[in-house]
Amino acid sequence: MLQMKPDRLAIDDFSDQPIALCGKALRADMSGALYWPAENALIVADLHLEKGSSFARRGQMLPPYDTRETLARLARVIDRYEAETVIALGDSFHDCDGPSRMHEDDRRALRLMQDHCEWIWVTGNHDPEIAHDMGGTVVASLEIEGITLCHEPKGCRATHEIAGHLHPAARVVMNGFTMRRPCFVGNGRRLVMPAFGAFTGGLNVLDTAFQPLFGNDGLSVWMLGQEGLYPVAARLLAED
Amino acid sequence: MAQRRKSTARVTAPPVEQLLPEVFRAWFARRGWQPRPHQLALLEAAHARQSTLLIAPTGAGKTLAGFLPSLVALSGDRREARGAGLRVLYVSPLKALTVDVARNLTTPIEEMGLAIRTETRTGDTGVAKRARQRVKPPEILLTTPEQVALLLSHADAPHLFADVDTIILDELHALAASKRGDLLALDLARLRRLTHDPVVTGLSATVARPSELRAFLAAQTAPDDRIDLAHLVLAAGGVRPDVKILELDEPVPWAGHSARYAMHEIYRALVAHRLTIVFVNTRMQAELVFQELWRINDANLPIGLHHGSLDATRRRKVEAAMASGALRAVVATSTLDLGIDWGDIDLVVHVGAPKGASRFTQRIGRANHRLDEPSRALLVPANRFEVLECRAALEAAEDGAQDAELSRSGGLDVLAQHVLGMACAGPFVPDELYAEVRSASPYTGLTRDQFDRTLEFVATGGYALKAYERFAKLRPTGDGRLRLSHPRFAQQYRLNVGTIVDSPLIKVRLVGARTLRARARGDAAGTPRAVMGGRVLGDIDEYFIEQLKPGDTFAFAGEIVRFEGLRETEAFVSRSNASDPMIPSYGGGKFPLSTHLALRVRRMLAERDHWRVLPAPVREWLELQDDRSAIPSADEVLIETFPREKKHFLVAYPFEGRLAHQTLGMLLTRRMERAGARPLGFVANDYGLSIWGGRDLSAMIAGGLLDLDRLFEVDMLGDDLDAWLAESSLMKRTFRIAAVIAGLIERRHPGKEKSGRQVTMSTDLVYDVLRKHDPGHILLEAAWADAATGLLDVARLADFLARIRGRIRHKPLSRVSPLSVPILLEIGREPVAGMAREDMLREAAIALVREASLPPQDEAS
Repeated sequence: MLQMKPDRLAIDDFSDQPIALCGKALRADMSGALYWPAENALIVADLHLEKGSSFARRGQMLPPYDTRETLARLARVIDRYEAETVIALGDSFHDCDGPSRMHEDDRRALRLMQDHCEWIWVTGNHDPEIAHDMGGTVVASLEIEGITLCHEPKGCRATHEIAGHLHPAARVVMNGFTMRRPCFVGNGRRLVMPAFGAFTGGLNVLDTAFQPLFGNDGLSVWMLGQEGLYPVAARLLAED
Repeated sequence: MAQRRKSTARVTAPPVEQLLPEVFRAWFARRGWQPRPHQLALLEAAHARQSTLLIAPTGAGKTLAGFLPSLVALSGDRREARGAGLRVLYVSPLKALTVDVARNLTTPIEEMGLAIRTETRTGDTGVAKRARQRVKPPEILLTTPEQVALLLSHADAPHLFADVDTIILDELHALAASKRGDLLALDLARLRRLTHDPVVTGLSATVARPSELRAFLAAQTAPDDRIDLAHLVLAAGGVRPDVKILELDEPVPWAGHSARYAMHEIYRALVAHRLTIVFVNTRMQAELVFQELWRINDANLPIGLHHGSLDATRRRKVEAAMASGALRAVVATSTLDLGIDWGDIDLVVHVGAPKGASRFTQRIGRANHRLDEPSRALLVPANRFEVLECRAALEAAEDGAQDAELSRSGGLDVLAQHVLGMACAGPFVPDELYAEVRSASPYTGLTRDQFDRTLEFVATGGYALKAYERFAKLRPTGDGRLRLSHPRFAQQYRLNVGTIVDSPLIKVRLVGARTLRARARGDAAGTPRAVMGGRVLGDIDEYFIEQLKPGDTFAFAGEIVRFEGLRETEAFVSRSNASDPMIPSYGGGKFPLSTHLALRVRRMLAERDHWRVLPAPVREWLELQDDRSAIPSADEVLIETFPREKKHFLVAYPFEGRLAHQTLGMLLTRRMERAGARPLGFVANDYGLSIWGGRDLSAMIAGGLLDLDRLFEVDMLGDDLDAWLAESSLMKRTFRIAAVIAGLIERRHPGKEKSGRQVTMSTDLVYDVLRKHDPGHILLEAAWADAATGLLDVARLADFLARIRGRIRHKPLSRVSPLSVPILLEIGREPVAGMAREDMLREAAIALVREASLPPQDEAS
C-alpha cells in the first residue's frame, strides 16, 4: 500500500501539499502548519514564544520581536484555512515564565485569535504548565479519529501520531548547491512537524534521534521554502 | 589613487655615544655591526619621548630598532615602580611572532648580561602563568591585541599598566585597517589613560599612506579640529629586487590558476636555489602546486606545504624545518607573508598574479634578509590576463609604488565589545568614555548619537521596542556612572573577546580503510556514527564541506583525499588513489586585484607601444582582439555582446577586481531581468564579467530596448543594492560576524560548544526578524557598512560607474571575442552566481512528483 503517493500533479502550485496519515487526508502548509480539513483544525508545533526574552534575561539580548512574528504568521495561516480549532502541539512557550514576559500587544493578538477559534495547548517539555491567562484548554495529549496528537513522539514504531519536539530539518545537495530547511517528515503512520516559531533551529532528519521513530521504513520529507512546500526524494537527503 | 616613491627623506644620525651606552656599543662591535641610522633615530625619538612610526623593509633590523630604546632604558636604573612594574608592552598580530621575537630578544639581553625579564602571553599561555602575570608581570610583555583587551577588562588594570612607558606595535600595516586594528586602537586609548605619557612605536612595512598609521599611533586630542600624527622614520631601502616573469615557448593558458604548464621550469628553479618559497594566492592552489611539484620531484627534494587550513602542529613542523635548513622549498599562502624569519630564503616564486603591489613587494622581500643583496623573485602568470597583471606588478615594484588601502572608520560592533570590556573593568562616566574612544584614530568621526546607541545596545540590545530594560547589563550607579549589573556578564565578555570570527571550521580527520569497514558494519547495525579517531589534517571551511557528497575527492594537506562523511564538526576522509581531485576549488584567501594594479593593467592594454614587453602569444592575442572587436582606452569600459550556442552573452571589462565584479553582476542581472532580457546567470573574475541570457542582447540594444547607459547608471547602488543585499547570503554572513563581535551571539567555548551550524542558523533567523521589525537597528547599520567595504567593494564600484559615465564602448559581435575567452572559461569553474535556490527545491519536487506518478512496478498491496 503506497500511502504517501501524491494524489495530484499540480506542479505549479506548491503552497500546500496533501499528506495522507492512516488514511486521513491532511494538508501541510508551506508555513509549517498542518491543516485537517475533516476537523477544520489547524495544528502547529513548537512556537517557542518569548524565546528572545528568555535569552535576554540571561544577558543575550536577542531581538524581542520573535513572539509577534510567530503570532502574525499564525494569524495569517488561520485566516487562509478559516480554521475553527487551533492545536498548539507543545513547547508553545520557550519557558514557563514566558507568558509573564509577553508584551501587551502580543497578548492582544493572541486573544483576538482565541476569540475566533477553539484553542488547545498541548503541553511540552519547555512548557509543562501554561498560565491560566493564556486562555484555551491545556492538555497533555489528545486523540482525534484514532490519531494521537502529542508533543514528543513516542519511541515505538506501532503508533498513529502527529508530534513535534524534534524540529526536523532536511538538507539536500543538488548541482553543487546545498540547502537546509525545516521540514515535515513522516511515514504514513507518524508525522513529525517542523517548528513554527521564528527563532527555532532544526535537527537533521538523518540524525539518530529519528531512527527509532521511522527505522528503515523509509521516510517522506516535505521541505519548507520561501514560496512553497516541496516534497523531496529520500535519496537526495544529506547529513549535515 | 595614492602612491609614493621610496622617499629619500632619511634621518641624519645623531652621535652614537649620546644614545648608546658603552655596553651596547661593545655588543654591536662584537657582532661586527654598525647601529643603523633608523635604529639611532628611534633611540633619539624615545629620548625626546616622541611616538614614532618606523617604516622599514624586511631585513632592516626593524624589531631590534623597536626594542633598542627600551633595552637601553632598562639597562640602567629604573624609575621606582608605582604599579606592578611592567615597563614595555609589545603587541603583534601573530602568536608565533611574539614567541619568535621573544627568542630574538634573549640574544642581546643575555650577551650583554642585562637583567631584564621578558615573557610572552598568548591564548596558549597556561592559566596559572596568566594569573601570575597580572600580579607580577615581567618588565617586557609580548602579546596580542586580544590579550591586551582581556587584561584591560580587569579591575586591576590601572595597577598592572601604571609603569608602562613604551608600547611597541609590530606589523602595524597588517593590523591597522581591520577590526582587530579597531580593537587595538581602542585599547591604546585606554592604555594612555592608565599610563603616564607612553612612547608608542609602530613598526611597519612600506605602505602607501604612512599618515594613517601615524594617526593611529598618536592620541587624537582634538578630533574635531585636526589629526595628530606620530613622528615618522623611514629606513633606507635595500638593493633593487631582481624580479623576472617566467617566459616559456609554450603559450600561457587562456584561463585557470594552476600554472601546470610552468611546473618543470619552477622545479628547475628550486633545484638551482638553496631555499625557495613558492607563494600562491589560495589554499587550493597551494595544494595543487604542491601535488604537481612532487609529481615531478625526481631529485626527491624536501618540499613542504604551509597554509592556513593546515593543523597548527603541522605548520610549526614546516617552519622549524625551514629554519633548520632541512627544506629546499615551501609552497605557501599568505600565512608566510608576515615577519617571521624562517630561514635563509634565496628565491621567491610567485605562482599567479600577486593581486596587489604592496603584497608583492612584501613577498619578494622574503627572499634574502640581507639588505646588501637583491631579493630574487620569479613571477609565474597562470593565464593570459595574469601576464598583463604580473607585468604591471613588476613595473609597480620597480617604481616602488604601493596600493592605497581605503581608510575605514571603526566598526560599531568592535566598539560595543570594547564598551562592555570597559564596564567589566569598573563603572565609567559615558562622557569620559566617549572622549577616550574618539582619541583613537578610527573613531574620531564617531557621533555622540552612534556612541549612545552603542551603549544602549550593550545595555539592553538597543531595540526600538523597549522590552529588556529590566534585564539591562549596564545600570546607572546614581552618580552619573554606568556599572555592570552582574559579574557573570564579565565572564561572558571574557569568553567572547576578540574580532576574529572565522567562518565555521570543520576538522578534517584522516581515517584508514579498516575504520571505514567498521563503519560500514556499524551502518548495517543501524548505528552509522561508529567512526572515531584518525589523524587531524587541519581545518576546512564549512561551506566547502557542505557541497561534498561522500565519495568526492579533493586535495588537502598535500594529498588527495576522499570525503567519507561528516560527524558533528569533523569531516572524515580517507586516502584516495585518484590522480586528480574531483572538486576543483575552495576559496581560502582570495584577494581581489588592487585598484592600483588594475589601473596599470588598463593603461598597459590601451598603450600599444607597451605590448612590446609582453610575450608573443599574449601580444598576438591582444592584436587579434583589436582586429575582431576593440581595445578600450584606459578611461573607457568595453562591452561586447554576441551569441554563442543558442545563448546571448554580454561581457564587460571593468578591471576592478572580483568582488566589485560580483556585485556588479548581481545588480546588472536584476536590471536586465526588469528590462526583459531574461538573464540566466553570470560569472566574474578579476578582470571582467559575463552575463548570459535567452534574448538577443545586440538586437535589444540596437532597438533601444536595452540602454547601456541606463543599465550602468550609478543609481543601481541605491534601491537595487539594498533589495539584493537584504536577501543575500553575503549580508547574512556579515551580520553574523558583527553579531558575534558585538556580543549578541555567543562564540563557541570549550565545554559549552555550540556547533557553527547552529550559530549560522540562529543568526540568519535573527537577521530576518530584525530587518523586518527594527530596520534601523545599530547592528544592521554596522553589518551594512562592513559588507559595503569588505565584501562588495561598493566604493570601488561607485568610482567605476562614475568614471565610465558616457564612456561605454559597445561592440556587437557575431561571435565570441578573443578577450572574452578567459572569462567565459570561468563558467563551470566558478559557481554560477545568481541561481535562484528556490528553483532547486522546485526541481526536486517536480522530479519526485513525476517519479511517483509513473505506473507502479511491484507495489505491494
